[in-house]
Amino acid sequence: MDFVTLFQAFGDMTFVNFCQHMVNGISLGSLYALIAIGYTMVYGILLMINFAHADIVMMACYFAFFGIRIFHIPWYLTFVGVIVATAILGVVIERSAYRPLRDAPKNSVLISAIGASFLLENLANYVFGGRPLRFPKVQVLAQNISIGDVRTQFICICIPIVLAICLAVLLHIINHTKTGMAMRAVSKDYEIARVMGVNIDNIISITFVIGSSLAAIGAIMWGVRYPGITPYLGVMPGLKCFIAAVVGGIGNIKGAVIGGFILGLGEVLIVAFFPALSGYRDAFAFIVLIIILFYKPTGLLGEKTTEKV
Amino acid sequence: MKAKKILSALLAGTCFFGMSAAMTSSVSAEEVIKVGVFLPLTGDNAAGGELELRGVELANKNHPTVLGKKIQLFVQDNKSDKAEAANVVARLIEKDKVCAIVGTYGSSLAMAAGNIVKENKIPTVGTSCTNPQVTKGNDYYFRACFIDPFQGTVMANYFKKLGYKNVAIIQEVSNDYSVGLAKFFMDSFKGMGGKIVEIANYQTGDKDFTAILTNVKAKKPDAIYAPGNFTESALMISQAHQLGLKVNFYGGDTWETNDFLEVGGEDVEGAVLTTAFGREVATTKEAKVFLDTFAKEFKNEEPSALTALAYDAYMMVYYGIQKAGSTDSVAIRNAIANNKNLPLVTGKTTLNADGDPVKGAVIKTVKNGKFVYVDFVQPK
Repeated sequence: MDFVTLFQAFGDMTFVNFCQHMVNGISLGSLYALIAIGYTMVYGILLMINFAHADIVMMACYFAFFGIRIFHIPWYLTFVGVIVATAILGVVIERSAYRPLRDAPKNSVLISAIGASFLLENLANYVFGGRPLRFPKVQVLAQNISIGDVRTQFICICIPIVLAICLAVLLHIINHTKTGMAMRAVSKDYEIARVMGVNIDNIISITFVIGSSLAAIGAIMWGVRYPGITPYLGVMPGLKCFIAAVVGGIGNIKGAVIGGFILGLGEVLIVAFFPALSGYRDAFAFIVLIIILFYKPTGLLGEKTTEKV
Repeated sequence: MKAKKILSALLAGTCFFGMSAAMTSSVSAEEVIKVGVFLPLTGDNAAGGELELRGVELANKNHPTVLGKKIQLFVQDNKSDKAEAANVVARLIEKDKVCAIVGTYGSSLAMAAGNIVKENKIPTVGTSCTNPQVTKGNDYYFRACFIDPFQGTVMANYFKKLGYKNVAIIQEVSNDYSVGLAKFFMDSFKGMGGKIVEIANYQTGDKDFTAILTNVKAKKPDAIYAPGNFTESALMISQAHQLGLKVNFYGGDTWETNDFLEVGGEDVEGAVLTTAFGREVATTKEAKVFLDTFAKEFKNEEPSALTALAYDAYMMVYYGIQKAGSTDSVAIRNAIANNKNLPLVTGKTTLNADGDPVKGAVIKTVKNGKFVYVDFVQPK
C-alpha cells in the first residue's frame, strides 16, 4: 500500500458521496450513542461497568422478533411491550446479580456482570438456537427514502430524533426531579445518601429500568437497521458503545453521546477517505480509546475523581 | 462455613462419579468403529454446520456398518471458533480415540485442526472447507468439495459469458475462504481482460456496510463479487438496495442456506452463487438414494449442497475403512487417497495428489425465495 493509493480517495470524493457517508455515519453514531448512554448511566450511579448491557440489547431484539413474527402483535404495540419486558429483565439482573453484592468489593460486582453477560448469551444460544433470525420488517420504518442522490432508510432519520428525545427526557429526569436528585446523591456517595434517607435500592432499580429501556429502544432501532439477530449480536456493538462511553467520560451522559458520534462517524469516514483501510475499521474504536486513555484518562467530558475502578 | 464444606465435598463427589461413569461407557464400546465429526453447530456458521450434520447422520443411517462392525459417530461442536476447532479435534483423537474424522464447514476452522490430525496421523475428510491450504502439505486432510480456485474461476468465466467488464470485489478479510475465492476470481478475471474497479474489505461479524458500499457505488461496477459468510452477505445486499446500488451480487457456496434467505428476505432475490450440488445434475445411484432418504427424513425441504457434501465426506471415510480392511488410521489414510471413481452423491469422485476432488460446479440463483438451478460447469 503506497501513499498515492492511500490518499487517492480524497480526490475522488464528490459532494453527494460525502453527504451519503455523513448520513451513514450519523445514523450509526446515534445508535452507538443510544446504547452508550445505558453503560454510562449505570456506571455513574453504581461505579460499575454493566457488561450485561449489550446482551440486554440482544434479548430485546429477540423479544421484538417473538412479538411480531411469532405472536403477530402489531409492531407499535410490540415495541412498547419490548421496552417493558427489557426493563423487567434489567431489574431482574440487578436484583439477582448485583444487589447481593452491594457491600462487596467493586471487583466482585464487575465479575458478576461478566457472568450475567455470559449467562444471557448462552441462554439465548440454548433457548433460541445459534442460527440467525431476521428482525421483523416494519415497512414504515424500513422504507427507503432519498434526498436528491443521497439515499437512506426512514429509520436513519428517526434514530437521531429518538436519541434527542431520550436525551432530553433523561436530562430532565436527572436534573429536575426528586428521583433525579436522589440518583445524583447516590452517585456522589451512596453511604451518605443512605444515611440521609434515600432508598438506594429503589433508586438503583429505577436506574436499571431507565438503562434497560434505553437498551430496548436502541435494540429496536438496531434491529430495523441491521436485521440479523444472533445470540452474540451485542458483543461487538457493546464493546464499541462501552468505548464510546469511556471516550466521552464514563458517567457523563452528554459525553456518551459525543463518544458515540465520534466512533460512528469516525468509522464511516475512515472507510470513506481511506478505502484501503476498510478492513481496519474496527481497529479505529480501539485506537481512539488508547489515545484518549493516554492523553485524557477521564474522557472528554469526564470529571477528575480520586476513586476509579 | 461447615455447610459450605459439605457442599463442596458433595460437588467434588458428583464430579468424580460423573467422570467415572463417562469412562466406563467408553470402555464398553470397543466393538464399534469410532468416527469423529466436528462441525460448527453454534456461532456464526451454525446454519452450515447443522445442514452438514444432517448429511453425515443420513449417510450413517444409510450405511451404518462396515467390516461387520457398527460405525459410531462422535459429534463435537467447534462453535465456529478456530481455537475451539483445534480443541475438539484433539479431544476426538485423545479421549474418544476415533480412527477417522469428518469435518468441517469453514476453511479457517479446518486449518486450525490441520496440524493436530497430521501429527496424530488421523485421516480427516473435510466437508465444505474449500481453501487450497486445508489439504496442501497435509497428507491426512482430504475433502469432498471442490476448492476455491475452481469456484473463483468458474464465476470469472460466467462473468465473461454475461459480458461484465468492470467488477467490484467485497471480501471478508478475516475469512480465508472469502479471500481465497476473491483472489482466484481476480486472477482469472483479469487474465481474460476484465477490470477490477474496487476491492473493499470487511470483518466477520460486521453489521454496517454502508461506508464500503457507498465507495463501491461511486466506482459504478457492472456487478459485485462478494463471497463471504451468509449473515454478513445478506445484510450487505439489503443495505446495497437501500443505497440504490442496483447491480447484481455474486457469491460462493456459503450462501446456499435458508438463513441467507431468512436474513436477506426479498433483497437477495437474483443473487447468484456457485455450489457443488443440484438435483438437476445428480446422476449417480448414491445420489438417488440420498434424494429419496432425504425426502423421507425432511419433508418439503430441498437438500442443500452442504448436506450432500457432508454425506459424501462420510462415504469417503466409509469406503476408506472398507478398502483398508482395518481400523488402522494409516491404512485408512492410504485407502482414502487411492480410492478411484467413488460413486458419491455429487458425482464420481477421484482425489488428486493434494487430496482434493476434481468435479464440476453448479450455478444457482435466488428466485421467489428459493435456490434455482442455472448452469453446470465441468472442470477443465
